[in-house]
Amino acid sequence: MDRELTMELLVTYDVDTTTPDGARRLRRVAKVCEAYGLRVQKSVFEIVCSDVDWMIMKKRLLDVIDGDQDSIRVYQMNAGALGRAQHLGRSPEAPHGAPLIY
Amino acid sequence: MTELLRTLFVSTPGTSLHLEGDTIRIHHPERPGRHIQPLIRIDQLVVWRGVDVSDELMLRCLADDRGITWLSRNGRFLGRAGGAQLGNPLLRLEQVRAYDDAARRLTIAKSVVAGKLQNYRQLLLRIARDADGARQSDIRAIAERHAEALIAVASCGSLTELLGIEGNAARAYFEGIPLLAKGVPPGRSRRPPENPFNCVLSFCYTMLKVSVIGALEHRGLDPYIGYLHGVRPGKPSLALDLMEELRPLLVDRLVLTLFNRRRITAAHTRSDPAGGVALTDEGRAVVLTEWSQARERAWRHSGLNRDVPAALLPIVQTRLFARHLRGDEPAYTPWIAS
Repeated sequence: MDRELTMELLVTYDVDTTTPDGARRLRRVAKVCEAYGLRVQKSVFEIVCSDVDWMIMKKRLLDVIDGDQDSIRVYQMNAGALGRAQHLGRSPEAPHGAPLIY
Repeated sequence: MTELLRTLFVSTPGTSLHLEGDTIRIHHPERPGRHIQPLIRIDQLVVWRGVDVSDELMLRCLADDRGITWLSRNGRFLGRAGGAQLGNPLLRLEQVRAYDDAARRLTIAKSVVAGKLQNYRQLLLRIARDADGARQSDIRAIAERHAEALIAVASCGSLTELLGIEGNAARAYFEGIPLLAKGVPPGRSRRPPENPFNCVLSFCYTMLKVSVIGALEHRGLDPYIGYLHGVRPGKPSLALDLMEELRPLLVDRLVLTLFNRRRITAAHTRSDPAGGVALTDEGRAVVLTEWSQARERAWRHSGLNRDVPAALLPIVQTRLFARHLRGDEPAYTPWIAS
């Protein structure tokens, strides 16, 4: 049935960058996250997607990371939680539903 | 059902759009920082002349079936890229056969006009409810004209007659515009629009046209072969046909609200020496913001018995139209707000 954008996720990651290989994995994790959501901090993304999108994204992330050294945590939020997020300091507001006009 | 995705509007000249991984990077020399948007959330791009779309991004959009529409600086429809031609050739043949068959052509045209009249009537009655005194009865009188026109449509026997009925109702509506939006002069003017109201109206009709043409091409129908609007080179008749029922509530209602709430003021438009009125950059941004938000509003669809966001109505109606052409439905049922 409908592929509705029902999931709101907060994705945070910690990728070991002491080796060149780790730095490459970090860039790749960021690339995958960028394809699905909006970056709110250096390694924190807010994502609004369908459950199908999340399954594909999870697969892509698992293909990239090294399970022994890297960590990704995904928090599933209640609907609307991302929109209600408060921000202090210079962290940007992620305009999930905002019109895309440039 | 397609998921509700969003349109990326880019009108600032000098902006360039690039493909970066699975995102669109939006670059303008005077805007620092890296601006990216996930492609997955965007279902179409609408760009104005002066915006550069990179080859790589264009090819990716074509591959993913994400339409790109180009508009002139004045908001005229220039063209659209939508990947390889889709749909069923049998459907396209049927579209032409229905055009050649005078009776079928008239039946479709009547449905389209009936949808438009009914939705304008709805719009007028809703506004009348909040009005009082002479203004209320004047608006009700126009709504009554639309109700009478609806009855006339049912029994009308030719396309010329149908166009006459529709034209009279439209004239009554546009003469009554000052009753609906305070301080707006009566009448409809286009090419060029002669006042800010008509300018915003034309702009929003173009935005609606962009989505209807996109929906038709996606379904494999030819937007240029229509039934009510006749066939002329360069005239997307079928898109204009299907727009009729959507105009009153998706466009007119929004534009009336913009003026009544003073979201659009004189500063948002400018006159050119030829007597036309155009939106300023700031005005365009205001209208696009409101348009984007209005697209997300859900409307009741009685035929499907569910709520449909405004952004998907052109797609839904195009499917119903194709169903009628293929003979699965005896008639085309326009979308009517309940």
